[in-house]
Amino acid sequence: MVEAKIRDYILENFLFTDDQSALDSDESFLDKGIIDSTGILEVIFFLEEEFGISIADNEMVRESLDSVNNITSFLKLKGVSTPETVTNSQ
Amino acid sequence: MEDGAQPTLPALERMIRTLQHRGPDGFGYHIDGNIGLAHARLSIIDLAGGAQPIHNEDKTVWVSFNGEVFNYIELRRDLQKLGHRFYTKTDTEVIVHAYEQYGENFPSYLNGQFAIALWDSQTSKLLLVRDRVGILPLFYRQQPDRVIFASEVKAMLPLFDEAPRLNPVALDQIMTFWGPVDDTCIFEGVRHVVPGEMVTIEAGRLTRKVYWSWEYPATGQYSDLSEARLAEQLYELLNDAIRIRLRSDVPVGAYLSGGLDSSVITALLHRQGADLRTFSIGFEDKGFDESDYQDLMIEQIGTRHSRLRCLNESIAAAFQKAIWHTESPILRTAPVPMMLLSGQVRENSYKVVLTGEGADEVLGGYDIFKEAKIRAFWARNPGSKFRQMLLKRLYPYLDISSNTAQSYLAAFFGVGLEDPEIPYFSHMPRWQTTAHSKLFLSDDFKAQLRTDAIEQFCNTFPEGFSSWHPFNRGQYIEAKSLMSGYLLCSQGDRMLAANSVEGRFPFLDHRVIEMAGKLRPKLKMKALNEKYLLKKSMQHVLPPEIIARYKQPYRAPDIPAFIGGRNGYVEELMSEEVIRKAGYFDARRVARLVKKAKSGRAIGAKDNMAFVGILSTQIWHQHFVSGFRQNFGSPE
Repeated sequence: MVEAKIRDYILENFLFTDDQSALDSDESFLDKGIIDSTGILEVIFFLEEEFGISIADNEMVRESLDSVNNITSFLKLKGVSTPETVTNSQ
Repeated sequence: MEDGAQPTLPALERMIRTLQHRGPDGFGYHIDGNIGLAHARLSIIDLAGGAQPIHNEDKTVWVSFNGEVFNYIELRRDLQKLGHRFYTKTDTEVIVHAYEQYGENFPSYLNGQFAIALWDSQTSKLLLVRDRVGILPLFYRQQPDRVIFASEVKAMLPLFDEAPRLNPVALDQIMTFWGPVDDTCIFEGVRHVVPGEMVTIEAGRLTRKVYWSWEYPATGQYSDLSEARLAEQLYELLNDAIRIRLRSDVPVGAYLSGGLDSSVITALLHRQGADLRTFSIGFEDKGFDESDYQDLMIEQIGTRHSRLRCLNESIAAAFQKAIWHTESPILRTAPVPMMLLSGQVRENSYKVVLTGEGADEVLGGYDIFKEAKIRAFWARNPGSKFRQMLLKRLYPYLDISSNTAQSYLAAFFGVGLEDPEIPYFSHMPRWQTTAHSKLFLSDDFKAQLRTDAIEQFCNTFPEGFSSWHPFNRGQYIEAKSLMSGYLLCSQGDRMLAANSVEGRFPFLDHRVIEMAGKLRPKLKMKALNEKYLLKKSMQHVLPPEIIARYKQPYRAPDIPAFIGGRNGYVEELMSEEVIRKAGYFDARRVARLVKKAKSGRAIGAKDNMAFVGILSTQIWHQHFVSGFRQNFGSPE
C-alpha cells in the first residue's frame, strides 16, 4: 500500500506517466536522472504531508530517499505501514 | 540564383518587410541578373548617406550588411592610403574596399559584429560571413534552383513552397545544450552560418570556411607576463573595446544589471566622460531582483537610469511575441524581460546599448566552471565528504543549508567523477538536467532522433582540444553552445532587434578574447574566486561591494509566470488536443506536467525547463507551421 502510493507519486510527478513498467522499485532516482536536488525536496514535502511524519536533517540521505524501496523501508522504520496508520497516529 | 529563378523586386520586398523591426529606417534593394540583395536599415552611423546595399568604386562589389565594424575609421584610413575612394562615411563601405584589398581574408581585418552578404559580380560569387562569436544571425537555404539567405528565417518563409517542418536534430540540441551547436536550425532545410565562418556560393557550389575560432594554448603554455601587467593589459583592452564601441551618430546607452560585468562597463564609460544613460530590469520576486546593487552603481556614478519593473504577468503576456522573434523554442523565460527592456530603451529614444554579455565566458565567471573545478578536485578522492562540501560555496543564494540538499547536490554534481578526463566533464550535470525535457517527446518524434547530440557536438571539437586545460575546455564548450546558441541569439540579438535596438558587447571584442585565451586558468578563477583578473584590473574603478558580491545568475520566473493569470493561450496550446495535433510531445505526459505546475509543486529546474520548452515549441509551431499561410502569404 505504502509502496504503491510512493510509486504512483514518483510516476505521476517525475516521470509523468501511469505506466508502472517505467520504474523499478529499486531504481536509484539520482543515478537514473529521475530526481535532482530540488526534486528531492518535493519528495520530502510529499512524505511529510502524506504520511504525517517529520524527517530530520540526518535522515535526508540517499539511503533513506533514493528509491521506492529505500523510501518504503525508511517509512517502515518511522512506524508508517499504511496510510490508515498515519491517520490514526495524527 | 540560377536561370528561371531570378530574383524579383516583389519577392525581395516580401522578404524584407518581415524584417522591418531590425531596420525601421528604410529599405534598399540591388538586383543584378542572378543576385538580389535587400536591406532594412537601422541608421546609426552616417544617418544621411548610409543607405544600403553599398558598392565599390566601379559597382562590381555590393554588400548588404547588418552590424557594426567598430574599427572602420582606422580601416578606412588604411584603405584610402592604398587608393580606395569612398562615397559615404559609413562603416559598411569599408567592407567592399577591404574585400577588394584583402580578398576573402577581409573578415580578419574587421573588429566588430556582423552578418555580411557580399556579391562580387566579376566572379559571380556570393560570400555570407558572420562575426567571430555569433552576435548577429545569418541563415541560408539551398533550394533546387536558388539559394536564399536572411538575418532571420521569417524573411525566407515567403519563398517557401510549403509550411516549414521542425527539425528534430535541432530540438534535440536545444533540449540538451539550450541552443544549436553547429549549423543546424530548428527550421528543417535551413542552416545558419556558424560564428567565425564564411560561406561561399559560386557557380551553384557552396563551400564553408572557418576564418576564426576560439583557441587556447596547450596546458602550461600561457602568457608569462606578471599578474599586475596582465591586469593592466586587460584594463587597457577593455577600455579601448568600449571606446570604439561608442562610435555612433546616435547616443549610446548601457545596460546596468548590478553585476560585475555591466558595472565594469558603466564605470569605464564614466571614466571616458561619456554621457551616461543606463537601463535595467527589476523583478517583483526578490529572488530574481538585483535593484540594490544597481542603486549602488547609480549612486556612485550618477547615471541617468531607468528601471523596468518586470511582473510575472508581463512575461506571460509578451511570451508569444518573444517566440516570434527567437524563432526557436527556449527553455527559460529569461529572454522575455530582455525584450521588454529593449522596448524601454527604444521608448527613451535610444537605439544602441552596451552590455556585459560575454564576460563570463571569456574571463571565467560561470558557476559551471566553478562546479567543474570542484568536481575535478573531488574526483581525485571521490569518497571525500570534505571535498563535496565545497559545493556549498557554489550556491550561497539558494537554500541548500540542509543535509539533504547537500547530499543530493553532491550526488547530482558527482556525475562523471569516475572519468574527469571526459571532454565535456564540465557540462555533464547541466546537460543531464536539460535533457530531462526530452522525456516529454512523443514516441513518433523520438523515433526521428537517430543521432546522439553530445557525440555529434564532440565531433566538432577542434584539433588540440584534448591538450587544453580542462578549464579552457569548459570555456570553449560554453562559448560554442550556450553563448552562441542561446545567450547571444534568443536572449541577445533577437530580443534587442525586436524593438529595433542594437547591442554592443565590449567583452566580446576579439582582442579581449584572444588575450584572455592565453591567460593561466588560475588567473581567471583563483581558487573559487571567479573572474579574478577582471576584478583585479577594475578594483580601482568599482565599489568594493560590487567586487565582493556573490555572483547571481540572471534569471526570470518560469512556470509561475504562466500559472494563475489570465493566459488563455497557455491553456489552449498545452491542452491534450493541441499537443497531440502538433505531434512533438506526449499529450498525456504534458497534461501531468501542467497539472503539477498548477498545483504549485513544479519547483525544480527540470520541470520549469520542460514546461517553458514545450510551451515555446507549441508557440513556434503556431507562428511558423500552422500559421504559415496566414503569416507569410501564399508561396510564389
